[in-house]
Amino acid sequence: MDNIQYDMITALPEIIVLSMAMFILILDLFLTDKTRFFIYVLAQFTLFAAAYFTLTTHTPSVGYSFSDMFVDDALSDVLKLMMYLSTSLILVYTRNYIKLRGMFRGEFYALVLFALLGMMIMASGQSMLTIYMGLELLSLCVYSLVAFDRDNVKATEAAMKYFVLGALASGLLLYGMSMIYGATGTLNISQIAAALIDPTLIQSTGSHPVLILGVVFIVSGLAFKLGAVPFQMWVPDVYEGSPTAITLFIGSVTKLSAFAMVIRLLAQGLQPLALDWQGMLLIMAVCSMVIGNITAIAQTNLKRMLAYSTISHIGFLLFGLMSASLNGYASAMFYIASYVIMSLASFGIVLLLSRKDFEADKLDDLKGLNQRNPWIAFLMLIVMFSMAGVPPTLGFYAKFTVLQAAVQAGFIWFVVFAVLMAAIGAFYYLRVVKLMYFDEPVDHTPIQPSADMKIVLSINALALLALGLMPQSLMTLCAYAITHSLQYPK
Amino acid sequence: MLNNLLSHILSLSIWVPILAGVAVLALGSDKTPNATRWIALVGGLAAFAATIPLYTHFNFAYGGFQFQEGIRWIPAFNINYHLGVDGIAVPLILLTSFTTVIVVIAAWEVITLRIAQYMAAFLIMSGLMIGVFSALDSILYYVFWEAMLIPMFLVIGIWGGPNRVYATIKFFLYTLLGSLLMLVAFIYLYYQTGSFEVVDFYALPLGLKPQILIFMAFFMAFAVKIPMWPVHTWLPDAHVEAPTGGSVVLAAIALKLGGYSFLRFAMPISPDAAHYLAPMMITLSLIAVVYIALVALVQQDMKKLIAYSSISHMGFVTLGFFIFNSLGLEGAIVQMISHGFISAAMFLSVGVLYDRMHSREIADYGGVANTMPTFAAFAVLFAMANSGLPGTSGFVGEFMVILGALQANFWFAFLASTTLIFGAAYTLWMVKRVFYGAIANHHVAELKDINKREFLILGVLAIMVLGFGLYPAPIIEITHATVLQFISQMHNKIPSVVSAATY
Repeated sequence: MDNIQYDMITALPEIIVLSMAMFILILDLFLTDKTRFFIYVLAQFTLFAAAYFTLTTHTPSVGYSFSDMFVDDALSDVLKLMMYLSTSLILVYTRNYIKLRGMFRGEFYALVLFALLGMMIMASGQSMLTIYMGLELLSLCVYSLVAFDRDNVKATEAAMKYFVLGALASGLLLYGMSMIYGATGTLNISQIAAALIDPTLIQSTGSHPVLILGVVFIVSGLAFKLGAVPFQMWVPDVYEGSPTAITLFIGSVTKLSAFAMVIRLLAQGLQPLALDWQGMLLIMAVCSMVIGNITAIAQTNLKRMLAYSTISHIGFLLFGLMSASLNGYASAMFYIASYVIMSLASFGIVLLLSRKDFEADKLDDLKGLNQRNPWIAFLMLIVMFSMAGVPPTLGFYAKFTVLQAAVQAGFIWFVVFAVLMAAIGAFYYLRVVKLMYFDEPVDHTPIQPSADMKIVLSINALALLALGLMPQSLMTLCAYAITHSLQYPK
Repeated sequence: MLNNLLSHILSLSIWVPILAGVAVLALGSDKTPNATRWIALVGGLAAFAATIPLYTHFNFAYGGFQFQEGIRWIPAFNINYHLGVDGIAVPLILLTSFTTVIVVIAAWEVITLRIAQYMAAFLIMSGLMIGVFSALDSILYYVFWEAMLIPMFLVIGIWGGPNRVYATIKFFLYTLLGSLLMLVAFIYLYYQTGSFEVVDFYALPLGLKPQILIFMAFFMAFAVKIPMWPVHTWLPDAHVEAPTGGSVVLAAIALKLGGYSFLRFAMPISPDAAHYLAPMMITLSLIAVVYIALVALVQQDMKKLIAYSSISHMGFVTLGFFIFNSLGLEGAIVQMISHGFISAAMFLSVGVLYDRMHSREIADYGGVANTMPTFAAFAVLFAMANSGLPGTSGFVGEFMVILGALQANFWFAFLASTTLIFGAAYTLWMVKRVFYGAIANHHVAELKDINKREFLILGVLAIMVLGFGLYPAPIIEITHATVLQFISQMHNKIPSVVSAATY
């Protein structure tokens, strides 16, 4: 099946996104401010078309293409569908915000689509080089997006920090990849796994230390992209400094691609070395939970608080991954999917509350929201309880699945530790609820969201409740994606 | 049709109040306060009506789970929506739906701000608590158990007193912390049995060490909820700050969730640990009975005094559990029901005074009986019941527990019976200071006696307190078969009656 036609079919969604992104760039030259809305429609249409082709070309089997550098399997398809959906929500939530700040330009949509393309390639990467290329495409687009509001000093600073640290992390990742390549002689993920199982490899070459060093560098690079402690420094600054529209992008959909990269590299390629990286993930998980949850308590800026909350969530995600079993990966995927839904809703609400020259990113800006607009306060209530992991919301099942995977893997005392951290974490989510429900409003400006945003955001937040009552569908989807894509020799 | 409804009676008991709460939220608002109240009342009454068949159609001779219903819920983890009740759960469910109606009526004119949210919170909470009492799948149980924190958190925080934020966050975090450890225990048991069904947990043979760890995880969750000394400190704070309705539900029902859960989970799943740790549990119970009663004696705030009295009375409940005889156990259950009525009545009485004077300090009162004679009559009756006067429901449970304790150890019974002195001391001393003597100040002189609505709720509760005091048989009969089975189950780990799920 190694022919150009098959290659094209497997990469059809990528090709669509790529061509449309370029088309939007060119088309933008011919549009005026009045007609620019067309670009927004076009971008949404691109996502829809990509979703359509991803669905129609989907098979449960694994297909390799482009000389085995690219893979079309259930995991990549499910992750891509989640990416389209999240990107589509992001475009809805950000439209008003960027319009009010003079960022409603064709480049914004082109950059978002290119970033999406990078993430799609990461999800489908079957060679370390493909994954790295996807990562760089994503990163470069995100750096520019953070700096997109050119005259915003804070955003420029955030972009600079993000870029310098991001480049360093990419370097670490690449260095780790080169060591693995040196030891195994291949860049292909499945061939790496096969080479690592081969007992003659380590005996004949004595290359175990090189492999371990490679794993250390790769794990460091991944930890940076996820924002896990001790590579979390950039997260709060970038979250706070970026325009909220971009924070929404970084805080939600990019986590899906980071998850994809972790699965491809660790769970697929380096699974035979699981015993070596499990310990690293464990330490990072524990530190992320402690630092994320405790530092979040001290924050006064909502975006910064959510940034630290992200770090603690990543700690829980690592808990699922650390189990290094299909159950663990499926629960980690369930966790990240749930987290993305929560994150979209939380930043969506921040965007909804913002106005021209008012960012609504202070915790105090939420004061008395229940009196100003009970419905939005209720939506935020659901999101906060979901993030805290209180049933009957989706966040509870997310925590439940990773905890059960960790118990199955025998980490029961770490699970006890994790739930103690979750209880500490509940405090700052409760404080948000307190501000909205128990305090008097200080700002009485009426909240007038656009109809489409209000409807989509309501569905987004209520989905947390609906999926909390009926979590089976999403769980099945994640289990399906993982079990059909990761094939371990028995 | 009727049979069909009857086979889903537990689902109805749970979901009618929850949907009624959603309806109140959707239809009610502060602009139409009376319509909102009536919707809430109709919803509450409908929810109460839905629970009545649980008593009338209950098979008194059978000790296992009845009215079972179930569907698969989350097959990925073998989690089922499995409901069922035994003789211990039914009286508590009826107490819950009954108390909710009382709370709705009690809030009638008192709550004027965000009425719909207030009423909805209590209706939804009622459904969730009934869910806790009837869930036979541990994750389902856990979901109900945790979810009920959310409305209670909001009730205390929105309608509470000046220090409400501190109290409600403390309440939430204390309970959450304990519950999360219980979740870990559930997951551990899941990997031992392959399901989250309670009956599967019962059948699981476990060594003493895992049993002790599991028991301690449950203990953290339930001891906080009951609350037992020394993890009781959230309760006085929460009670003092909560609005009257919140205090009523906390004292009358929420505390019983902890007691009930000891019987449903901690003791039957880890019976050997329960026996092994019984000395610790009895000690903690007796400390609650004696020491907390002394603490109650020195309180200046009426609500705080009743809160400490609640802890002391719940000490009786845990004492009754851990002496492992049927007299003690049945006494503990009667005590739970009776305390539900009495504490509700006590908090409502304080609420009546607070609505008029906006003070809960005992020192601000004096001679209230002169200006509010009818109310004083009720209050004295409830105070007598609280101190365990024969003829009131408060006496029955305490007396049975003391008799049960006497079978186990004389000194347990001796220490427990000091409550009859201390309980009378703190309650009657408060009554004396508030109601008797000369009229203390002009605020008291201007007090108006209770209106028809207040008369109605206090009257109904008075009938309950006296009724169960003179004729406690309904509670004892419905629990008897279950208690006997429970006692035998505590002696051998494999239960005699395990009803298999039929789906």
